[in-house]
Amino acid sequence: MTGYVQDVAALARKDFLLELRTRETVPAMLLFVVSALVVFHFALPATAGESERVAKGLLWVAVLFTALLGLTRAFVAEREQGIFDGLVLAPCDRSAIWLAKALSVAAFLVLAELVAVPAFALFFTGVDAVTIAALALANLGIAAVGCLLSAIAAASRTRELLLPLLFLPLAIPIIVGGVGASVADDPGRYLAFLGLYDGIFAIISWASFEYVVTE
Amino acid sequence: MIRARSLTKRFGEHDVLDRIDVDVPAGGFLLVTGRNGSGKSTLLRLLAGLSAPTGGELELGVERAAIGFVGHEPLVYRELTALENLELYGRLYRVPERRERIGMLLERFGLWEARHQRVATYSQGMRQRLALSRALLHDPELLLLDEPFAGLDREGADLLDEELSELARSRTLVVSSHQPERVAALATVRLELT
Repeated sequence: MTGYVQDVAALARKDFLLELRTRETVPAMLLFVVSALVVFHFALPATAGESERVAKGLLWVAVLFTALLGLTRAFVAEREQGIFDGLVLAPCDRSAIWLAKALSVAAFLVLAELVAVPAFALFFTGVDAVTIAALALANLGIAAVGCLLSAIAAASRTRELLLPLLFLPLAIPIIVGGVGASVADDPGRYLAFLGLYDGIFAIISWASFEYVVTE
Repeated sequence: MIRARSLTKRFGEHDVLDRIDVDVPAGGFLLVTGRNGSGKSTLLRLLAGLSAPTGGELELGVERAAIGFVGHEPLVYRELTALENLELYGRLYRVPERRERIGMLLERFGLWEARHQRVATYSQGMRQRLALSRALLHDPELLLLDEPFAGLDREGADLLDEELSELARSRTLVVSSHQPERVAALATVRLELT
């Protein structure tokens, strides 16, 4: 177990180091999420912010598409530089590759949300603790399922098309749970739903990643 | 060490490898030759466990952790330094006395002075030498080299000649090459793919 944690830590550290060096993903996510909120602000009638459901729905749409942007970049280095082979050859459990990538994607998403939430409050309405909790749970689910699908898409020539087609349908429950938790009087069951989604997809992704990265 | 019987790999309707039989004893040196597209790289990928055969049997006398592989790509991150790349692989392979081993390999392949430079700044020859350092980091029992002379300058190729002579004394090697004359004298088993 200690070895597995060390593998995940080494791989995640590498992802953070690569992002610090290249600065290709997080700045793009930040710019995208702020731009999306600005577009929503000007595209929708001024009364949109008065409807909590409409406003919170916009936040979730912006977060989801920002996550998709990050996921598109998740395995770029491994794909373009053929490094999947090197990682797959290593004697570590191959699910460690997925878990490390999911952790880094989740961390990048948190950084984007640290900017998105205040921007959303500025343009629309404030965000309560329940919505923050829902975002945290959603980040885990997005990262878990998204990294598996990103690895699948990375093997395809049409990866930029394939990832949204695979990811968005599977992300619908996240939107249902997230928006529900943000606006419902009883958010507990929506948060539980998000937690269940995270658990189920984390197990599926963890167990199936090995088959995704080998021919 | 390696025993293949009727080893076959098919992509769609195309047989890339068609019923290959080969035996390589421990400590042997298999030289794989053949024209472009004859399946040399596919065979090495099968041996590395990076690809599964479509048919036949393949037995390797070693575990995944004891295989070193050099393919067409150096399998290192361009935006990391040589030291950072080898540190990463050293951790994943649980290399004992990792730092000393990395330092020794970087010295041996003439990369010590450039160890803090990003791989993106390396020449093709330096990348190939780094790929060899990576493949040897965990002291593998079976070393698979796919066109190891590709991209090497004269100095690098001469260095590799010396290394292969040294490595052939201590482990099993499988080398595919367009320049078989460079290593023909070392080969104990030859396989020509058509």
